Amino acid sequence: MIELLLEPFGYQYMIRAIWVSALVGGVCAFLSCFLMLKGWSLMGDALAHAIVPGVALAYLLKVPYAAGAFFSGLLAALAMALVRVRTQLREDAVIGIVFTTFFAVGLLIVSINPTSVNVQSIVLGNILGISDEDVVQVAIIAAVSLVVLVARWRDLMLVFFDENQARSVGLSPTRLKILFFMLLSACTVAALQTVGAVLVIAMVITPGATAYLLSDRFGRLIWIAVGLGVVTSAAGAYASYFLDGSTGGLIVVFQTVLFLLAFVFAPKHGRLAAARAARAVSEPAP
Amino acid sequence: MNAFAPGLPAGAGISPSISVEGVTVRYASGVTAVTDASFSLGAGTICALVGINGSGKSTLFKTLMGFLKPARGRVAIAGLPVRQALKRGLVAYVPQAEEVDWTFPVLVEDVVMMGRYGHMGFLRLARQVDRDAVKQALARVNMLDFRKRQIGELSGGQRKRVFLARALAQGGQVILLDEPFTGVDVKTEDAIVALMRELRAEGRLMLVSTHNLGSIPEFCDQVVLINRTVLAAGPTETTFTQANLQRAFGGALRHFRLGGAALHDDKDERRVTVITDDERPLVLYGERDRETLASGGKENGNGGNGDKDAGVKGGTP
Repeated sequence: MIELLLEPFGYQYMIRAIWVSALVGGVCAFLSCFLMLKGWSLMGDALAHAIVPGVALAYLLKVPYAAGAFFSGLLAALAMALVRVRTQLREDAVIGIVFTTFFAVGLLIVSINPTSVNVQSIVLGNILGISDEDVVQVAIIAAVSLVVLVARWRDLMLVFFDENQARSVGLSPTRLKILFFMLLSACTVAALQTVGAVLVIAMVITPGATAYLLSDRFGRLIWIAVGLGVVTSAAGAYASYFLDGSTGGLIVVFQTVLFLLAFVFAPKHGRLAAARAARAVSEPAP
Repeated sequence: MNAFAPGLPAGAGISPSISVEGVTVRYASGVTAVTDASFSLGAGTICALVGINGSGKSTLFKTLMGFLKPARGRVAIAGLPVRQALKRGLVAYVPQAEEVDWTFPVLVEDVVMMGRYGHMGFLRLARQVDRDAVKQALARVNMLDFRKRQIGELSGGQRKRVFLARALAQGGQVILLDEPFTGVDVKTEDAIVALMRELRAEGRLMLVSTHNLGSIPEFCDQVVLINRTVLAAGPTETTFTQANLQRAFGGALRHFRLGGAALHDDKDERRVTVITDDERPLVLYGERDRETLASGGKENGNGGNGDKDAGVKGGTP
């Protein structure tokens, strides 16, 4: 039995898939703490789709795909900011227009040059078949992002909570927000390899949302979210060996299961706790 | 108190002041919100910023916070350009309740700690002096017992006090308060006013935007009336007059006047004027064009004398 459970660790590609997934899952979870608090959750989804044309072009031009992805992600973020400032449209409409446009352009590029890139690996991810080169790229992106986040999370928290106060202690909200979106674009690129463009959104929302139900303190919330991200991502990669299923699908299913558990059983914000509180109010102690 | 409290910034020796000279602020949309506004305030002042909604109060606040840059004119805080004043932590801001996300996962003490960021190092790690400053600030607004609560679990008045505590922990010498009395009960309002008086005695400068016209004479020594520009600025006694208020508010104020037959059977010329901008009303009493504050009597020596004068004159037509 033990032997069977240890079997995946006998394969170099499995070990690599597990630690790369864990690293990416951890950084994405860190970002998720910020993203879900601002009502920007769909931003992650939008960026993931907006990256596709960059990746396709990068393959076409034979430059590192991360550079192309990063560039087109940034371009999409700027386009969204521009449309939002210059029109009265609501945020969801702006995000919807920009990301579908980018995604469409990406599919178009891929369909005109069918040999350039495997669409499926962009859309669904392919961590088990990740190349050495890509591992290096993903690892560097994730590690750098993690270091920046650990150093600057308090400043980012203040900007997300209260921009005026951030300004009054001498921080620049604009600069910090740009930093945040750069990190988000970079990590979305990294996550693309693990879970694919479609499921990236879960990686940058679900762990934060779960942790939100479990803590009222931002610092602790980050720890919980990163822990969940690392464990579910590693477990997803590991389990995909036995189930022969999609790694991305498993990771997100694990994350969702944990979210549901928190939703029901969280000590303060869960449904059971809420029901208990409601009962305590309606039936005061004799 | 707390002459050497850790809550005071390195720049505590600086004398706080605000100087706004011929400031015009234009938004990116091309709308000019404030034109050629000028006023100046010195240390140990509580100044009310009064005007209708859309008169440019928040624009002015944003300009003082460095969020908006004036298209023309100059703003200086403690003699420094706004950006430098902010860098030195001289300006603290107490936001309106609507501006805050109350569901944010932070505890009361976390919020107050945010006031200390300017005093911390690159990684914003709290040292003992920061924790002490937070505790002291919370104690001062009587919120120490609530420090482990998530901010959304507090009442309106408690929320206000948390953000006041943050301004204290920051050690801001210039404190901007945006509608501090909205959604706050009378007891909290009194507590906030008492605290502001203490801070004034310490030499700090407070600029308060408020619709609470009635209480302005009680605790503000200066008033700035604004409607797209500064209409009048100066000491409360000479500036906060009915004529100026009418200019600032036009027809936007609720205005009741009771006099003559509605108030007396005799020929008494005195009348009661109630001016209100939705919150606590301003009540004036006396003959036409000689009305004085009816509510200022208990707090404000001038108001009290004014009442008496009006009474004497009214009695001998």
